[in-house]
Amino acid sequence: MQALYAQLLVGLINGSFYALLSLGLAVIFGMLNIINFAHGALYMMGAFAAYFLLNVGGISYWWALLLAPIIVGIFGMILERTMLKFLTGLDHLYGLLLTFGIALIVQGVFQNYFGSSGLPYAIPDQLKGGMNLGFMFLPIYRGWVVVFSLVVCLGTWFLIEKTRLGAYLRAATENPTLVRAFGINVPRMITLTYGLGVGLAALAGVLSAPINQVRPLMGADLIIVVFAVVVIGGMGSIMGSIITGFALGVIEGLTKYFYPEASNTVVFVLMVLVLLVKPTGLTGRAA
Amino acid sequence: MPETAMAEAPVKAATGGNILQVRNLEAWYGESHILHGINFDVNAGEVVTLLGRNGAGKTTTLKSIMGIISKRAGSIQFNNQEIIRATSDKIARMGIAFCPEERGIFSSLDVKENLLLPPVVRAGGLPLEQIFDLFPNLKERLSSQGTKLSGGEQQMLAIARILRTGASFLMLDEPTEGLAPVIIQQIGHTIARLKKEGFTILLVEQNFRFASTVADRYYVVEHGKIIDGFSNAELAANMDKLHTYLGV
Repeated sequence: MQALYAQLLVGLINGSFYALLSLGLAVIFGMLNIINFAHGALYMMGAFAAYFLLNVGGISYWWALLLAPIIVGIFGMILERTMLKFLTGLDHLYGLLLTFGIALIVQGVFQNYFGSSGLPYAIPDQLKGGMNLGFMFLPIYRGWVVVFSLVVCLGTWFLIEKTRLGAYLRAATENPTLVRAFGINVPRMITLTYGLGVGLAALAGVLSAPINQVRPLMGADLIIVVFAVVVIGGMGSIMGSIITGFALGVIEGLTKYFYPEASNTVVFVLMVLVLLVKPTGLTGRAA
Repeated sequence: MPETAMAEAPVKAATGGNILQVRNLEAWYGESHILHGINFDVNAGEVVTLLGRNGAGKTTTLKSIMGIISKRAGSIQFNNQEIIRATSDKIARMGIAFCPEERGIFSSLDVKENLLLPPVVRAGGLPLEQIFDLFPNLKERLSSQGTKLSGGEQQMLAIARILRTGASFLMLDEPTEGLAPVIIQQIGHTIARLKKEGFTILLVEQNFRFASTVADRYYVVEHGKIIDGFSNAELAANMDKLHTYLGV
């Protein structure tokens, strides 16, 4: 039974990363209509930003949670202003190819300078150790990752679904020309939205650094699963991405316990089934 | 079609000071040249109607003024400021509001969110109570999805949401299209009331019977040019010509 709970916890932690990353992808796809294949590389940059902040600047994990998303978010906004904005109105394929190319370049540069092996990033002192819950031992840092990710995901959902700014974002997703004719600077809003999506990826990278080590290809390993999560949840659906992210993490964890051979493929099997039954995803709407 | 001296000298308006001055306005959709030198004026407090057949260039004229069509040339002066090179968000912030023909109600927003979407660009917009007084149906449907409203309610919502922004110059593109007579009448009353409140309105209409109940002046658009213009008092005398222009 202990092993089952342990796998459930692993599933929830993976689900946290899936949710944060797929949420960023959903935000970017909803607003920019771009399938951001660079998302994994930007997640990796978040982890590296935390690593450099600590080892070069002596800046702690707690500040890195704030600063790394801002730094990588600014990098993302520069990408949007200098490259992605020129893809407006073009087929999705162009965005996918461009961001895939950006991912390869970014990962290649980091691999060139830092090799392929992982760099260690210590768990902050306040989150070391664990708690005995009676039915399982819970490492505090892992519990923190799950709770913090959930709070950030729900905060992002609230921002987009329940605030005036979110209404601008949703409206601009439908008809950017008219929203701009109402006096809203839509190009600036698109840039900031891309920055927000990229910032969420970087935040996931910081959270991941103490668990998974900091590696140039850490995002490449994850991004394919995250895309499957987004497809299952429904492209562009905010709540769909959050729920599907956590749910698929848990399903993956349970599969590891009950039938480990399928644990790496269960997400893709689900993706195929969902595409066959509901091609727009579980919570997505038809275009 | 008789081409008058309109292209060179717009009809003089009778009411307040000049608020919009359009000169030699040309516009393109990609390679298609749509407007070929539009000239007209709108004065403060007036309701001016652009009449013309489908495809004459009426909607394109509104979209060009609003900056929605980026490929344009000539001169558009609003309150003596040149706006031909301004982006649509800047134009909106100068006090021009646009209600599109297709209404542009957002399906992902409820009625209240649709209503509150356009930001207040300056003081002087109608408070919500006054908007609900004009359109009582909207108050009852605030939490409904915007696109679940009837056609008439959607048109009311599309007009209502630009009234609270503080814009004093409203451009309404075919607000009566596809609506029941009783709703058309209600929209006519609304336009008349807005005029009394001091709004300046540039209306695009194919239904000149409706336009005649609210407009002070008319311009006739054909093939991307203004080919004629007259005041409401001259409407009866120009009826035959108008029938010819509009093909009715």
